[in-house]
Amino acid sequence: MLNDLSQAPLLSVRNLTKHYGERLGCADVSFDIYEGEVLAVVGESGSGKSTLLGLLATELEASAGSVRYRMRDGVTRDMASLTEAERRLLLRTDWGFVRQDSTQGLRMSVSAGGNIGERLMAVGARHYGKIRGQALDWLERVEIDRGRIDDIPKAFSGGMRQRLQIARNLVTHPRLVFMDEPTSGLDVSVQARLLDLIRSLVSELGLAVIIVTHDLAVARLLSHRIMVMKGGRVIEAGLTDRVLDDPHAPYTQLLVSSVLAA
Amino acid sequence: MMTRASTDAAPEAGYNFAYLDEQTKRMIRRAILKAIAIPGYQVPFASREMPMPYGWGTGGVQVTASILGGDDILKVIDQGSDDTTNAVSIRKFFERTAGIRTTTHTREATVIQTRHRIPEETLQEGQVIVYQVPIPEPLRFLEPRETETRKLHALAEYGLMHVKLYEDIARHGHIATTYAYPVEVAGRYIMDPSPTPKFDNPKMHRMAALQLFGAGREKRIYAVPPYTEVRSLDFEDHPFHIQTFKDPCAICAATGVYLDEVIMDDRGGRMFVCSDSDFCEERRACGHRGSMLAEAPAALTGGNTHA
Repeated sequence: MLNDLSQAPLLSVRNLTKHYGERLGCADVSFDIYEGEVLAVVGESGSGKSTLLGLLATELEASAGSVRYRMRDGVTRDMASLTEAERRLLLRTDWGFVRQDSTQGLRMSVSAGGNIGERLMAVGARHYGKIRGQALDWLERVEIDRGRIDDIPKAFSGGMRQRLQIARNLVTHPRLVFMDEPTSGLDVSVQARLLDLIRSLVSELGLAVIIVTHDLAVARLLSHRIMVMKGGRVIEAGLTDRVLDDPHAPYTQLLVSSVLAA
Repeated sequence: MMTRASTDAAPEAGYNFAYLDEQTKRMIRRAILKAIAIPGYQVPFASREMPMPYGWGTGGVQVTASILGGDDILKVIDQGSDDTTNAVSIRKFFERTAGIRTTTHTREATVIQTRHRIPEETLQEGQVIVYQVPIPEPLRFLEPRETETRKLHALAEYGLMHVKLYEDIARHGHIATTYAYPVEVAGRYIMDPSPTPKFDNPKMHRMAALQLFGAGREKRIYAVPPYTEVRSLDFEDHPFHIQTFKDPCAICAATGVYLDEVIMDDRGGRMFVCSDSDFCEERRACGHRGSMLAEAPAALTGGNTHA
């Protein structure tokens, strides 16, 4: 379901590097991602996955390299050149971020409806009935019972919290969503349903997704392309099936063979 | 009671006029000027220790001390009343340290320091109302980080404020915030009007008097210049409403004013009376009679309590 490749990429990353003092976070990462495309970043703990995601989402400042994004008006801009106001507007409208730890991605003491409505209110929605209508609609789309709209996320299970995070992010119809280990810590049946949901939303909405995971099965199920990281560097990249079925780099071979029936 | 003539004795010896030293007053005046220039913006200032505990109006007292002149006539109210402890002690404080005249009449005062109310009587040009503010940051309970709330103000990112109102409606069916109801000032900054009842919010809109806000513990001063737009936040389908009261004031029969509930006995007896004691007294002086005036205790109808 890759889109028209003649168009410029949605996000274009070149030689992205991050040092934490002496230590290396990640080095020399380059890739392009187009609308409707899912890119998985895999690797073991400490391989630089989360650093990379932090850099892309402008939460960390890069030591070198560039991240360029094609805005809704068609103009591709360097993220470092955006003003603070532009950057934050982008983050809460055109981008989404689903976090591993739902307590960081949700307002835990605000009801599910308020969590979903926050982005709408941030861009100027001022009609309670309409905001609530959209919240109900999104609860349904992420398969949470409509009756839970006034419950706070503290009363939700882990899987429901992740689905609520997804609804909260997608309500403004972003074009690019970052996901940091969205399924970790969930039991396998809940994981399967969540993956199923993400997959159908991605294809339905034509989202571009960059998903960080250490779980090759997740990468296999969701992503079109995959990047394998080790020690802060990308050691192998390509179509998901090619990389997982025919890994070239020794480390990737090790990774693939260490998983039971991936 | 009413107006007290210039204190017979000179201001207390050993203190500068209105307690604060002149350099401190200059510093506070600079903050006030900046606050007036940017309506609704919280200006940091070097708040001083005052001879009263935080929460008793240290911010308001410092603002008042900095703007008082020898000719000023000061009125101090606490919850609308001129004769509660806080009001009496602050009034005495300035009588002793500045030797200025004080009054209980809203119309007569040039400076009115208040906690929790705006007088019922419409304020006029040339008057200044000084609010005592406990927590100046309207976003505080939504976003605990000061660095982040400052950024939200700077970028006018106020969606969060509506999340709070949304939660109110979701939980209670209506906006249940009844005091410290957030307002937008001059179309720009969101401001906490201090814990006044939302009943008083419309009075702030295009008020002829200068409104100054002082938060001593939080070290912030902010202001609303005369005739500035002040809009209470709401939703299109849940517009802002002020409180209404079923019955008029029980002792002066006023309607359309803010009433306090007074418990009369331990058998459920109660009455609702004006929270603005000066307004109520003046009406009674003009011959207005509430339904329970005869039964009301002397403390309410004002005997000689303002000494």
